[in-house]
Amino acid sequence: MSFLEVTSFLWDGFMVSLLIFAVTLLCGAPLGLPIAFCSMSRWKPLKVISKIFVWIVRGVPLMLQIFIIYYVPGLLFDFPLFSHVDRYVSINFGIADAGRILAVLIAFTINYACYFSEIYRGGIESISKGQYEAGYVLGLTKSQIFKKIILKQVIKRIVPPMSNEIITLIKDTALANCIMVCEIIKQAKELAATKALIWPLFFTGVFYLIFVGLLTIILGRVEKKLDYFKS
Amino acid sequence: MAILEVKNIKKSFGKTEVLKGISFSLNEGEVISLIGSSGSGKTTLLRCLNFLETPDSGTISVGDNVLFDGENSKALTDNEIRENRLHFGLVFQSFNLFPQYNVLDNVTLAPKLLKKGSTEEIEQNARALIDKVGLTEKIGNYPCELSGGQQQRVAIARALAMNPDILCFDEPTSALDPELTGEVLRVIKGLKESGSTMIVVTHEMEFAKNVSDKIIFMADGVIEEMGTPEQIFENPQSDKTRHFLQNSLEKI
Ligand SMILES: Nc1ncnc2c1ncn2[C@@H]1O[C@H](COP(=O)(O)OP(=O)(O)O)[C@@H](O)[C@H]1O
Ligand SMILES: [Mg+2]
Repeated sequence: MSFLEVTSFLWDGFMVSLLIFAVTLLCGAPLGLPIAFCSMSRWKPLKVISKIFVWIVRGVPLMLQIFIIYYVPGLLFDFPLFSHVDRYVSINFGIADAGRILAVLIAFTINYACYFSEIYRGGIESISKGQYEAGYVLGLTKSQIFKKIILKQVIKRIVPPMSNEIITLIKDTALANCIMVCEIIKQAKELAATKALIWPLFFTGVFYLIFVGLLTIILGRVEKKLDYFKS
Repeated sequence: MAILEVKNIKKSFGKTEVLKGISFSLNEGEVISLIGSSGSGKTTLLRCLNFLETPDSGTISVGDNVLFDGENSKALTDNEIRENRLHFGLVFQSFNLFPQYNVLDNVTLAPKLLKKGSTEEIEQNARALIDKVGLTEKIGNYPCELSGGQQQRVAIARALAMNPDILCFDEPTSALDPELTGEVLRVIKGLKESGSTMIVVTHEMEFAKNVSDKIIFMADGVIEEMGTPEQIFENPQSDKTRHFLQNSLEKI
């Protein structure tokens, strides 16, 4: 196989990695917000439940969570949901792996939403009581205070930890190959098995490095944009 | 006529009774200085007036409005509390400026959000207030670019922008380096001259003596002594007052 052929084969896998990355970020980041608010709720039961949930999701390996999401419908309800989706989509639309990818997306979204929620919670709780009170004594409403005073300060504080998490996320997508999703490393392993080529496996690192480099530049810009004030 | 009438305010946190029945009144254009050792309940009293804490009992009236009545057991709604707060302004010991807004935006934020006038009116008024506290050159600067004294002066302009009936200060110079207290105290003095009604918690005895119409000395949650600056400083009646004044002189 030529270098170009290998690169193109790996590129197909990297598209799957990027899909997992993008969906997890787009769904997990907003989903983290209600989880954060539940963890800060003044209503004890809600707070306890959401803290236990976050503890479990953060305390169990993501790979195990992927297995659980993928296999549990079949084991518990005798309905292997994701295999059905796999078959249905590949018969009707000719796209392989759809069910497996769906299972991975669900597991990743829940997992990362919990990590994000803890970052949000830390950010929100780090804003001093004085900022809220300054808003209150001026006669502002709670929602005005949150939107116009607190939010931007929270964003400034969570950008660095969010950046770390986002960079971890692109590397974590490799875990999807535990249920045979054809992300980039799975593709490379395929080449090793069928063509006895080992170098593509190491070559995948270049894809990650370039993407992480881009992310670092973009996230650095965002951080810089918020540099004009100290909080 | 009294613009503020506080009657028998009590406040406990858990089992500790912090305010044990505070009553006083304040006329329009008057300045009261609130003095007393740390932990005597001065901050708690100001926070009750600004509805950051809810008193357990007593009444608070501004003009003809009874804003709070402990007897009337139904709790105030968020909106009623917000409206009550508009009668008061509060300047904090730690400034609490909004860091992401420059000086002008700090001052205009609340009037704009609460639609206190047209944008031009609000900005014009804000510029006048910023000029009054002597910060016209810093109008576009962010709080992190200002000294403590300048930040506190912005906080005063911000409070004034909502045009409160009564402006409260909680140790406005305690967080400042000694060489910066003067600029803030001069601004407060200027407000007195232009007729603002104010309650100032302070440890600056000289300032209290010069600016106040009335001094309240608080000890352990009660008003131990209340009177004109002459009465309190020249001829204190209570042992506690004498003791406190002696100690605060010794520090200097
Ligand atoms: N939120 C609170 N919870 C419990 N105790 C409080 C609270 N706020 C103030 N206190 C207590 O009330 C007392 C009076 O405090 P404060 O009003 O801050 O006094 P001062 O401003 O005169 O120093 C102190 O003993 C303080 O510990
Ligand atoms: Mg205090």
